[in-house]
Amino acid sequence: MNAVPLLEVHGVRRAFAKPDGSELLVLDGVELSLREGQIVGLLGRSGSGKSTLLRLIAGLARPTSGQISYLGRPVNGPAAGIAMVFQGFALFPWLTVLANVQIGLEALGLPEPEVRRRALAAIDLIGLDGFESAYPRELSGGMRQRVGFARALVVHPNILLMDEPFSALDVLTAETLRNDFLDLWGEGQLPIKAVILVTHNIEEAVLMCDRILVFSTNPGRIVGEIAVDLPHPRDRLDPAFRELVERIYVTLTARAPAAARAARSEHFPGSGIGTMLAPVSTNLLAGLSETLAGPPYDGAADLPAIASALHMEVDDLFHVAETLQMLRFVEIEGGDIRLTEAGKRFAATSLDERKTLFQRHLLTYVALAAHIRRVLDERESHVAPKSRFLDELEDHMTSQAAEQTLGAVVGWGRYAEAFAYDDHRQMFSLENPA
Amino acid sequence: MSDRMRSISVRPAVRVLNRWDLLAALLVLGGLVFLAEASRDLTQPLASLDASPASLDPARLPWYAARTTLRMLAAMVLSLLFTFTYATWAARSRRAELVLVPLLDILQSVPVLGFISVTVVFFMALAPGRVLGAEFAAVFAIFTSQAWNMAFSFYQSLRTVPAELIEASQCFRFSAWMRFWRIEVPFAMPALVWNMMMSMSGGWFFVVAAEAISVGHTTVTLPGIGSYIALAIARRDLAAVGWAIGTMLIVILVYDQLLFRPLVAWADRFRFEQELGVTPPRSWVLTALRRSVLVARLSAPAAAVWRLSFRRRAPRVAPTDSGDHPVARPWLDRLWAATVLVLAALALWRIAAFILAGVSLSEVASAFGSATVTMVRVLVLIALASLVWVPIGVRVGLSPRLARIVQPAAQFLAAFPANLLFPVAVSAIVAFRLNPDIWLSPLMILGTQWYILFNVIAGASALPSELRDVGTNLGVGGWLWWRKVALPGVFPYYVTGAITASGGSWNASIVAEVATWGDHRLEAHGLGAYIARATEAADFHRIVLGIAVMSLFVVIINRALWRPLYWRAERKFRLG
Repeated sequence: MNAVPLLEVHGVRRAFAKPDGSELLVLDGVELSLREGQIVGLLGRSGSGKSTLLRLIAGLARPTSGQISYLGRPVNGPAAGIAMVFQGFALFPWLTVLANVQIGLEALGLPEPEVRRRALAAIDLIGLDGFESAYPRELSGGMRQRVGFARALVVHPNILLMDEPFSALDVLTAETLRNDFLDLWGEGQLPIKAVILVTHNIEEAVLMCDRILVFSTNPGRIVGEIAVDLPHPRDRLDPAFRELVERIYVTLTARAPAAARAARSEHFPGSGIGTMLAPVSTNLLAGLSETLAGPPYDGAADLPAIASALHMEVDDLFHVAETLQMLRFVEIEGGDIRLTEAGKRFAATSLDERKTLFQRHLLTYVALAAHIRRVLDERESHVAPKSRFLDELEDHMTSQAAEQTLGAVVGWGRYAEAFAYDDHRQMFSLENPA
Repeated sequence: MSDRMRSISVRPAVRVLNRWDLLAALLVLGGLVFLAEASRDLTQPLASLDASPASLDPARLPWYAARTTLRMLAAMVLSLLFTFTYATWAARSRRAELVLVPLLDILQSVPVLGFISVTVVFFMALAPGRVLGAEFAAVFAIFTSQAWNMAFSFYQSLRTVPAELIEASQCFRFSAWMRFWRIEVPFAMPALVWNMMMSMSGGWFFVVAAEAISVGHTTVTLPGIGSYIALAIARRDLAAVGWAIGTMLIVILVYDQLLFRPLVAWADRFRFEQELGVTPPRSWVLTALRRSVLVARLSAPAAAVWRLSFRRRAPRVAPTDSGDHPVARPWLDRLWAATVLVLAALALWRIAAFILAGVSLSEVASAFGSATVTMVRVLVLIALASLVWVPIGVRVGLSPRLARIVQPAAQFLAAFPANLLFPVAVSAIVAFRLNPDIWLSPLMILGTQWYILFNVIAGASALPSELRDVGTNLGVGGWLWWRKVALPGVFPYYVTGAITASGGSWNASIVAEVATWGDHRLEAHGLGAYIARATEAADFHRIVLGIAVMSLFVVIINRALWRPLYWRAERKFRLG
């Protein structure tokens, strides 16, 4: 094996400039070294910067500081031996399957017979025989992603980057594609030396990777590295497998608040206006509480267990769970979720009482909601423009995140009947049409 | 494009010539002969035009039609070149964008006929004493009626290319050239083709006006349908007008069949939405070209050379960071903005100085008065046309059978140059001694009202049948149905149509507010008449004043009325 690692990432940091001149940290202090024959997983929730890291490695963006080197040479742009498979496939809809696969070789300027030969070989390898003249719109999602794989493999990259390649597919198709990929990888049929896989699906990471780097959110940091030594093919029901999944859950739930606490205090549940909020539907909040309250859980559950029972991706589940936690309806600790007393009442009561309870908790524990309500109460007219709050939020986050956060609070505020919002006039008010 | 792919398809079947080859060969050769014929006497001296003056002999009409068509084609090629360069520049450079996009917005609002009067002298000087110079001027006039919205559409497409496609192309290290032709142009194609069709419609209107160019003492009559009809008006020959209208109908039909049907059918594959089930548009011309072995063989070398051009090594450009500009150097931006502002102020000062050198301040005020009259006219006409066409459009759109018949007819009528019908209307006004201030007005909207109709039809057809079912289910009827279901449903489409109609009507006012029939001259009050008069007198101070005031009015109306309406429609009524 080569002494020089294929890829080295050292002290990488990525920040965006905010309008007021300060910066918003997305990735911080990332260290990574990739050797031949490895599949390395980058696991984390949305907003943990794992896709950003992948794009830095692909040369599509540059780190604010730190170095990335490929085969000992710094990465200053898209490098020849690194290819990428995209979450949304990124196929050119106006080209046939064959032309889509050929395009990377054409860009390399290879002679036409060779372009054709290699493209057909890649199509053959990835199981797309017979689909050469089809257009992407005629294919199912799974077939489209196969084209995405063939297109990346045909240029014989040393490193294959995969950005949540299975997350846009249904469960069965994703499983088939994963297995096919692992079979080819195990048999040494793929013209690649190493793989980096970005995912927020814990089981997928354990199923495919030799090494998993767990990311925290806001900013993205590596909070844990887990080696997976299980032999292929791996069995999801194997106790060793379950134990690894459980360990990752614990890492994700326990470490994230700790890291955030160090970074900035307002990330602690519901204690500051600058907290980023995810727009979680109140139906989901009620649904999860009711599920937890009912049998077989009776108020407490193991997160991985409930995730697989509800067929929820870890990311979606965490958003719901954390919102409940912020509202003090649940407690989360060490991969477990438990209803509080208020949470039990929230799950059990009638619609009207539930709304009252929700309003009280929203206005007590979600600073932004309380702030909006206070501004509306204090004003003579009881109205306030959206831009007023948006400006405040943009001191703490990107404008996109500010929109999303405000959208989340609008949804909850409406459900709680804490305040009203008219999207057409972009005004908050206290009046609901009677 | 498809044939290029076909030539490298998986199983290259050895095919002999087929029946499509005959058709394709006829089409291609016919096109070549047409080009050669129609461009034959471009380099003739101007005097040759006087030597063979225009005649009203209907037998000459096919020849005239060919010349007119060629002008349209040349202008379309120019517009495409302009689109590909101007819009690309605007989309690639942030600083250029700052200037180019507002400039495009203003250019769009300058009345097309204004361009002719100002530039004809320049173009005549380019090829002194040759027909070519006058042709340049005419083609440029048509170009100004086509290019802006095409460039706008292309610019907007470039800005909305999905980030993943761009990233994929960067990963594979496409050169900028390859990225342009393999990603950006294909992605922009459906919208661009649609805008080309719209431009073509506008172009027919102005080609007719641009062929008989007369600015003061410079009068050039180029052979074409436009000058034919100008002569017919001068001689008060209604039969000749009828011949011209008939010819135009045929020309537009042929254009549609030979150029736009195939283009639309071809561009359909570039739609980005990957849904199935909608019947793709078809065209017999495209089918012939695609299935022809001859065309495939002949185009294969060209396609190979084309692909070879992609091979240029990708320059090691720094990747474009989406979203942030870490090294934006704000002071450079400020310097740039300041430079632009100074230049704009300087230009404004020069224009004002030029106008005031020949025109008194009180006349400037009266020009604004005339503009107000024209504005009232346009708004009233749009309102009237809406009252008529919105209910009809909704009814038609809700019946698929009717829509299939009426929709192409409406699109066709929008493409038909309404000024060909002016003589008929004007002769009637003269005959019945009607008030020109009122009765000339409908001419402004004669050609543009169809945009309202076909957009409303499209909107009503797109209304989800579930929504209609809910209406029926809840027993919503009468005025309530119109207010809560039909009108909000078609509103975004209606606004699109009304914007186009309004812009077209302003443009048409220059032709419509002054009309002649033989020796009779009808004139309505308004800015269009003001510009037309100034053009006849070659009074450049007044021409520039008129154009400036009209541009100002159009820009203000767009900003104050249409754009807010459009956004409101987008936000509130867009379905899905």
